[in-house]
Amino acid sequence: MTRYESLEASLGHTPLIGLPKLSPKTAAGAPRVRLWAKLEDRNPTGSIKDRTAIAMIDDAEKTGKLKPGATILEPTSGNTGISLAMIAKVRGYKLVCVMPENTSVERRQLLEMWGAKIIFSPAAGGSNEAVRLAKEIAVENPDWVFLYQYGNPANTLAHYQTTGPEIWEDLPEVTHFVAGLGTTGTLMGAGKFLREKNPEIAVIAAEPRYGEVVYGLRNLDAGFVPELYDASILTRRFSVGAQDSVKRVKELLEVEGIFAGISTGAILHAAIGIANECVAAGTGADIVFIVCDAGWKYLSTGVYSNDGDADVLEGQLWA
Amino acid sequence: MSNPTVEVRIPTILRPYTKNEKLVSADGASLSEVITSLNTNYPGLGERLLENGELRRFINIYINDEDVRFMGSLAASLKTGDSVTILPAVAGGCM
Repeated sequence: MTRYESLEASLGHTPLIGLPKLSPKTAAGAPRVRLWAKLEDRNPTGSIKDRTAIAMIDDAEKTGKLKPGATILEPTSGNTGISLAMIAKVRGYKLVCVMPENTSVERRQLLEMWGAKIIFSPAAGGSNEAVRLAKEIAVENPDWVFLYQYGNPANTLAHYQTTGPEIWEDLPEVTHFVAGLGTTGTLMGAGKFLREKNPEIAVIAAEPRYGEVVYGLRNLDAGFVPELYDASILTRRFSVGAQDSVKRVKELLEVEGIFAGISTGAILHAAIGIANECVAAGTGADIVFIVCDAGWKYLSTGVYSNDGDADVLEGQLWA
Repeated sequence: MSNPTVEVRIPTILRPYTKNEKLVSADGASLSEVITSLNTNYPGLGERLLENGELRRFINIYINDEDVRFMGSLAASLKTGDSVTILPAVAGGCM
């Protein structure tokens, strides 16, 4: 079915693409280890966050929290804001995003294009500061609707009801699910669904490791764990630095032709690590990983140019 | 047999304990022993990492980039040459 009543209705059902060249070679007669990329850039505004944004807005409308003409407030590093901005524009809401100042210019341009107002939070502290500032603004503006993706169960539910079932339908032999750890919604929702279908499926988190400025908290108590996070859903968790992420995102482009955003490089790095472990152990595997978005929004960082390296990302919130 | 020696990366916020050193050495066959070794060389650091005998909620520790909470936590084992990274928990990912 490729005909839809509206752009929003085309959400999800993203393709699951095999990576025949990037999947590791196995010895003759050994079980196959295959990598599969779920292309979330094929969503209406080009990222996995369309699932979260539509689910949170639908839920807020249903529960009566969101009334016509209301103002939505959200902390974001870009993608959720862009998704919310499109939907807000179409459905007639106003949107205020709180976004760290050290994000790529394209994210700002896209948000402004769909009419969102941006309040910048300081680079030091990264998204923690955006969350803290948004919480303050929410208190000062009680008539604004604070959807809050880090603690909104509609975020997790979106992935439990869509991302997880889509993977299961397309690849019931899936053995590993690898996704990025941000709000934790994707891993918690899709991971829980897949585990319910087959408790043997490993759920693996890849979190970006930024430059030092992002970890420049005032004190340790200013640390942050999203309210949605439930460690019991995860099997393993990896921290992936900019060097490895950039290396993998270029490899994905050069070997398989897929043009992905930088955070996908972190996820792929974890997925390839798992794939190599499976080869060494002689166990077959079908490893699904999430391509969060395409690389368009990050071209200005310079990492995609031939000589572009990860150093240009120092100090930036690249995922 | 002597204990394994590992490299430990210290986040900015904890560097006052290590005389601003980013990278320090510690000994131990388990994460728990490494933290004890760190606290011997840099008094007070251990307390910043542990609370009631467990890792503090807003502290993440990785051995060779893998989160120790999924590797046995304080009982996670180490070998010489392993890299230990300490980071405060922050919101991350493509949000």
